[in-house]
Amino acid sequence: MKQDIILAGVGGQGILSIAFVIDSAALKNGFQVKQAEVHGMSQRGGAVQSHLRLSDERIFSDLIPKGEADMILSVEPLETLRYLDYLRPEGIVVSSSTPFINIPDYPDIEAVLGKIREVPGHLIIDSEKLAREAGSARTQNMVMLGAASRYLMVKKDDLVEFIGVLFKTKNESTVAANIKAFELGRGAAGPYA
Amino acid sequence: MKAELLLGDEAVALAALHAGLTAAYSYPGTPASEILEYLIKLAEEHKHLKASWSVNEKVAYEEALGVSFAGKRALVSMKHVGLNVAADPFMNSAITGTNGGLVLAVADDPSMHSSQNEQDSRYYAQFAQIFCFEPSNHQEAYDMTRRAFDLSEETGLPVMVRLVTRLSHSRSMVQPCEARGENELSYGASSDWTLLPVNARRRFKILLEKQPSLTRLAEESEFNRLELNDKDRSLGVIASGIAYNYVMENLTSKGKAPSVLKIGTYPIPETLCRQLVNHVDTVLVVEEGYPFIEKMLRGLFGIPGKTLRGKLSGDLPLSGELSPEVVRPALGLPGLPRRELSGFQLVARPPQLCQGCPHADALIALNKALEGYPGANVFSDIGCYTLGAYPPYKAVQTCVCMGASVSMAKGGAEAGVSPSVAVIGDSTFGHSGLTPLLDAAAANTNMTVVILDNATVAMTGGQPSYASGERLVRLIEGAGVPREHIRVIEPLPKNLEKNIKVIKEELAHEGISVIVAVRECVVEARKKKRRD
Ligand SMILES: Cc1ncc(C[n+]2csc(CCOP(=O)(O)OP(=O)(O)O)c2C)c(N)n1
Ligand code: SF4
Repeated sequence: MKQDIILAGVGGQGILSIAFVIDSAALKNGFQVKQAEVHGMSQRGGAVQSHLRLSDERIFSDLIPKGEADMILSVEPLETLRYLDYLRPEGIVVSSSTPFINIPDYPDIEAVLGKIREVPGHLIIDSEKLAREAGSARTQNMVMLGAASRYLMVKKDDLVEFIGVLFKTKNESTVAANIKAFELGRGAAGPYA
Repeated sequence: MKAELLLGDEAVALAALHAGLTAAYSYPGTPASEILEYLIKLAEEHKHLKASWSVNEKVAYEEALGVSFAGKRALVSMKHVGLNVAADPFMNSAITGTNGGLVLAVADDPSMHSSQNEQDSRYYAQFAQIFCFEPSNHQEAYDMTRRAFDLSEETGLPVMVRLVTRLSHSRSMVQPCEARGENELSYGASSDWTLLPVNARRRFKILLEKQPSLTRLAEESEFNRLELNDKDRSLGVIASGIAYNYVMENLTSKGKAPSVLKIGTYPIPETLCRQLVNHVDTVLVVEEGYPFIEKMLRGLFGIPGKTLRGKLSGDLPLSGELSPEVVRPALGLPGLPRRELSGFQLVARPPQLCQGCPHADALIALNKALEGYPGANVFSDIGCYTLGAYPPYKAVQTCVCMGASVSMAKGGAEAGVSPSVAVIGDSTFGHSGLTPLLDAAAANTNMTVVILDNATVAMTGGQPSYASGERLVRLIEGAGVPREHIRVIEPLPKNLEKNIKVIKEELAHEGISVIVAVRECVVEARKKKRRD
């Protein structure tokens, strides 16, 4: 059993927090993990991606080969498209519909979403709306993790547990908002799987 | 001991601690910064450990060398270009030799994710004639660093551990082993450490005499492994470091099994190489960085009767990092089926200055002040402000290496550039800007240096900067810049007009002048606030 996930977004959107939660849940269940991160230059509002690999067998490459990704999990729709060529033909996309516009030539958002919809297994989530509902616009990453959680090979309860660990140094309302964001995302992803 | 999920950088740091480390030094630089950052964290619990940022890589290396002289163990870490700065003590430390174990961890940045070039540090190890490890995964990063300290003490030489971005910045589980204590204090012999020609000649001979033993160590190392396939002798692969992963990633999924020699040490294991070459018709060399091993195998005339493939033959690219899909065709495998993005123009999203960044205000003021000076040139340095090269600022015209803004502005001024302006951050100024300023002040060169003091090393994640605040102003004055031409401004939108005026006055001054723009990095200020 294996799962290769491309995490995508813009610097500051909390991609590495998503990675931490999935990693920790996978390790708790005895899976092997490799997680390539982006540090440095690319973080200042630039495109950011992380390769997350979970498997019950030895993982060689830190990078997911193009054509091996089972999922693109993205907090920003334009960033979703940037990594499409990593996806297996039958791989799925779980993407936010909320654009992060910090460049002058950001394309028409409808065209961006249209391209995402061309992927048969796509799930588009209004992460901003749900994050606000959860109490903080900063929880969009957890909304998206919640939406993806139905398709991950780790258990929901473990994910929730490590969201708690991630924010353990913050106050209780932060933890609650993030867990609520996760639940709202999961709810929005529909009842199946 | 419990297994831990660690960055490649952190695995190196932890191994050094467990090897009985006394002190660690570094100057920030992606992708190596997390080595010292982790050791600083570890030092909170391990009180004997000294882990601190140095003012530059040369200083860091020399501090580590001092620890080694005193018989104790030291780790010095840096990014690849940092070793250019530290090359002098590095090369000479192979001549003095070491007393306590000295390990240099260098992180290369193929594809230049955050660097000006993609130089390959293995050449430096070869240049200095020292042993080098190249881990392929996190466990090896740990095990090799541990071994590197032993090997340094066995051979009396510094040992290099070469990392690359994708290992430095990837996480995986690491099983640590028992920690050991520090060495006792014991001074090196002055006849070994005083490199007067008479001693240096003797020491260099000793270094040369050690070479066969380094080769022997490579031959015996468990980090080099040969797996021969007797059924299929068509192809043999030599793969080093993380390139080995890309080879295996492709092979395991496809049931194809050429003979594979995994290389993890330099010197490379000659006997194993010969065995592989003799066994197969075609040898493919896969390595991250320059075609270092491939060149060695090829020599001037190639290997008679064999086909040698790799970067030089065009089977793999000469620039940029490897990846599973880049390696695939060289193994004779077709690309994997995958989704494509068609009929859509992807736009780039380059990194940019943060909202409210003090550098933005300083650069806007500088741009305004320079209006009406068609001959002006702004020589920049390396830091967040280099992003000012992008629109809307387009405020700087060069970026070469740490400190080069000041020295190039002096050279430019002497060649006739006017106004000749240097833009440099506080940390970069401390690293390599002070010495050229001393030059310019002594010559009273007609140039203006703008020092952007945001009180941190922002580009690499907010490490401490020493040439900042009051000390910075005193340093400038001490270098000989006249007090009346050291102007301190606060780069804020509301001060724009005032700041333009100050800059204009100094541009008009015939001679050296320095403008210090003081305002804290907003990211660091926010972090500080959250901590309090
Ligand atoms: C020799 C060398 N060492 C380290 C680096 C990595 N590096 C790039 S910029 C920088 C320092 C930036 O600090 P500062 O000049 O204060 O500017 P800031 O980013 O704070 O604006 C460092 C350490 C490098 N490029 N070259
Ligand atoms: S990190 Fe600090 S110095 Fe760098 S761009 Fe952001 S505010 Fe400016």
